[in-house]
Amino acid sequence: MRQRTPSTDAVVAATPAAARPVARWLRGDLWFDFTQSPLAVLAAFVALLCVGGALFAPWLAPHDPFDLATLDLADSHLPPAWLADGRAAYPLGTDDQGRDILSALLYGTRISLMVGLGAVTLSVLVGVTTGLVAGFVGGAVDAVLMRTCDVMLSFPPILIALLVDGVGRLLFPHARDLLAFAVLIFALSVTDCVRYARTVRGSTLVERHKEYVQAARLVGISRGRLLRRHVLPNVLGPVLVLATIQLGQAIVAEATLSFLGVGVPPTNPSLGTLIRIGNDFLYAGEWWITVFPGVALVLIAMSVNLLGDWLRDALNPRLR
Amino acid sequence: MLSFILRRLAQAVLVLLVVGMGAFSLFQYVGDPVSNMLGQDATLAQRERLRDELGLDKPAPVQFAHFVGNALVGDFGVSLRQGREVSALIAERLPATLELSVVAAALAVALGIPLGVYAALRRRHWDAKLTMAVSLLGVSLPTFLIGIVLIEVFSVLLGWFPSFGRGATVQLGAWTTGLLTTDGWRHVALPAFTLAVYQLALVMRLVRAEMLEALRSDYVKFARARGLPDRVVNFGHALRNTLVPVLTISGLQLGSLIAFSVITETVFAWPGMGSLFIQAVQFPDVPVMAAYLCLIALVFVLINLAVDLLYAVVDPRLRVHAIAGEARR
Amino acid sequence: MSGPLLDVRDLGVEFPTRHGMLRALDGVSFDIAAGEILGLVGESGAGKSLTGAAIIGLLEPPGRVCRGQVLLEGQRIDDLPREAMRRLRGRRIGAIFQDPLTSLDPLYTVGHQLVETLRAHLPLGAAQARERAVELLRQTGVPAPAARFGQYPHELSGGLRQRVVIALALAAEPALVIADEPTTALDVAVQAQILRLLREVTQARGAAVMLITHDMGVVAETCDRVAVMYAGRVVEIGPVDEVIRRPAHPYTAGLMASVPSLHDARGRLAQIKGALPRLGEIPSGCAFHPRCPKASPRCSDERPELALVQRTRAACWWPIAESPVAP
Repeated sequence: MRQRTPSTDAVVAATPAAARPVARWLRGDLWFDFTQSPLAVLAAFVALLCVGGALFAPWLAPHDPFDLATLDLADSHLPPAWLADGRAAYPLGTDDQGRDILSALLYGTRISLMVGLGAVTLSVLVGVTTGLVAGFVGGAVDAVLMRTCDVMLSFPPILIALLVDGVGRLLFPHARDLLAFAVLIFALSVTDCVRYARTVRGSTLVERHKEYVQAARLVGISRGRLLRRHVLPNVLGPVLVLATIQLGQAIVAEATLSFLGVGVPPTNPSLGTLIRIGNDFLYAGEWWITVFPGVALVLIAMSVNLLGDWLRDALNPRLR
Repeated sequence: MLSFILRRLAQAVLVLLVVGMGAFSLFQYVGDPVSNMLGQDATLAQRERLRDELGLDKPAPVQFAHFVGNALVGDFGVSLRQGREVSALIAERLPATLELSVVAAALAVALGIPLGVYAALRRRHWDAKLTMAVSLLGVSLPTFLIGIVLIEVFSVLLGWFPSFGRGATVQLGAWTTGLLTTDGWRHVALPAFTLAVYQLALVMRLVRAEMLEALRSDYVKFARARGLPDRVVNFGHALRNTLVPVLTISGLQLGSLIAFSVITETVFAWPGMGSLFIQAVQFPDVPVMAAYLCLIALVFVLINLAVDLLYAVVDPRLRVHAIAGEARR
Repeated sequence: MSGPLLDVRDLGVEFPTRHGMLRALDGVSFDIAAGEILGLVGESGAGKSLTGAAIIGLLEPPGRVCRGQVLLEGQRIDDLPREAMRRLRGRRIGAIFQDPLTSLDPLYTVGHQLVETLRAHLPLGAAQARERAVELLRQTGVPAPAARFGQYPHELSGGLRQRVVIALALAAEPALVIADEPTTALDVAVQAQILRLLREVTQARGAAVMLITHDMGVVAETCDRVAVMYAGRVVEIGPVDEVIRRPAHPYTAGLMASVPSLHDARGRLAQIKGALPRLGEIPSGCAFHPRCPKASPRCSDERPELALVQRTRAACWWPIAESPVAP
């Protein structure tokens, strides 16, 4: 909710119905801010483009990079179409196995986004629930949960992700695709669960002591309903910001893990895997295998981060 | 003050124990603990003897105590991949990682703070906005990509800096340092900068955000109302209040630098603990993983403790509360 | 001095927002004589704090002064360059804000903040400034001033902190002090002390005070004259006694009537029906007319100017000119 500062006191106090639901208030104001900020619009456009490309990869990609039957070694190491030796059939060139880079790019983006979104969804679900419970129930439960969070937060996410991934591979050495993905998503979401739990718990504690909650309890509304319909909408603002930022970080983290060889299984290469493969050929002058996935990765990460940044500034009334 | 320190120490020990338990589970239950201790090439007789020694049929707490005992003297067994003692491996590689992290941290703070202050003070100017945009790039770019690009530009194309290894190092007792030779500095330049980029961007954004908050605060408003010159208001009041949380968070970030060095070391073939850890995860080499976990936990706990103490020194409010708390006893 | 110390003429402040340009202050005019204490009252959102901020040049962007003039000792100060305005603040106009804890930098001692203010305006050496600072603390009633000099803000109680704030505002001997809700954040018992202190130290220096508050009790106790604000305009202004006992503007009358008294018979509390208008929807003509029991068609067509009614000036087409309201 907006906080009052002396200069906006007049403006804010003059708006009626201070108990206006946060969601409606957010939507009205947010959209205005969004259309006013060219950078945010650009970022959203780029992000949508990438998401669209990833979503419709099976239809957009000129070739299927995973179908081994269609790969022809004679077509390998081809530069992009606009250079000499390039061919129109492979607009961005091919790698050492004859895979079309454009198609691999589209599918790779798809995988990167899927893993990122999966990690975020998992973190939000677990983290928000934990935070709500900790904040609302309080007492020993809260203390234990928060101490655990403290410990986990002091470790950098990439290390935890590496560790979890490593342990996962140890435990399931012959994991097939789905399980490997599950381990990866779990690894990426672990630290961020904690971050959501922390934030939500803080907000819940604040809300819990507000009069409307006490009034509702007096009237006899159950705790669950109270949490869901009343407290939750008010704590979602920061969660939204965190989620957007986490998405950017998860995508980068997955790329890093894949680059290091411990991310997605090699049968489903993500952008990080592609960069790793291309890195070996960089010095041979075949730059396109690394550069295009690299650019795609940067574009997605940047646009998501920009949106998260803009969202954070927009939802913080004091930074205007 | 003393009770504050003791309380934090107790928390630190608790954290270490918890992490120790995690490492212990890794060591004992994932993979074969006997192989972990002796390596792959041990004879059957050696294995049997160790099995008795370790008391693998004894209850878990006893085994844990044994593990902790070993850990305290630095005995984490033998690396499955290299067949050498883990403690020796780590001791060899520790200086490289530490030097890299410290140089990167210094870079990040030395550049990040001034840039952040500038971006906050000249908030609406185009150059401040550009700086913030670049910082966003710094936060969004994956470290490995930065490393690859830097190698391509500065090493391959321009040939100014080497792209792998530590270069000429000097042995000082148990420590090998690369910072005493020009060659060492040339080698550490690219990796340190790669490592620093993320932290630099983070520090810059943090300083800017905190500074903007401080500039909106009541005490700044009152300072302006008293007619204090801009310099005093911005640097004496706003910046000083900003630095308190910034320095503490930067201190905490030192730990994450050590973690991110994992990636940088791999890209630049830097012989540090990070690349050791990655190799251990890829292999998988359990004793090394367990040892790295414990060591990192120790480093983090120490850093957190130091930062807490620093906070108490810098912020008079905490100092007095700690002392007042004692006086009441 | 011939004219008033502070002369505010037709001041207007606006904010560009997505609803368009919001006029937060719309033609505010009043003056303060040297040594006088003027109260500025109104409900939250009426524009009182904004007036203070505009006068001292601390309006937060995007708010800005769009019309009118502010004159201090006969000279315009609303169009001064930044550095000149900075020198004026503290030296000729001092300010006190609502929350004394957040007004003081927690990282510096009380003494340090006093000394830096003194040395920013007066040519004093370090030792001289220190002496002056301790003396200021003594004058504002801080016990053991030399000891308090070296203490941090959080080590002082709320009342002591506000005394320090007053000392800071008066450090460079300004001719005018703008006090924005100086007692709202304090305990009731301490409020009276601080108000008394404020009155004493300013009278002793011959400084004028603009006391911004929403509390009529504070005004009755402390002020010589009072200006009543509503929706960014001054609707009535006059000597304190007159405004309180013989309010000419219906809004002022409503305010006085809504103050509960110990002598009242039990019954419903009187209130003014309706609520403060939204800034984007200020009624035409007289801003109060939708809530006014005496409204007429003229009230919504023409905006009234301040005009003398009995002993106060009120901006109303149908001012009350009757016998005094029972206290």
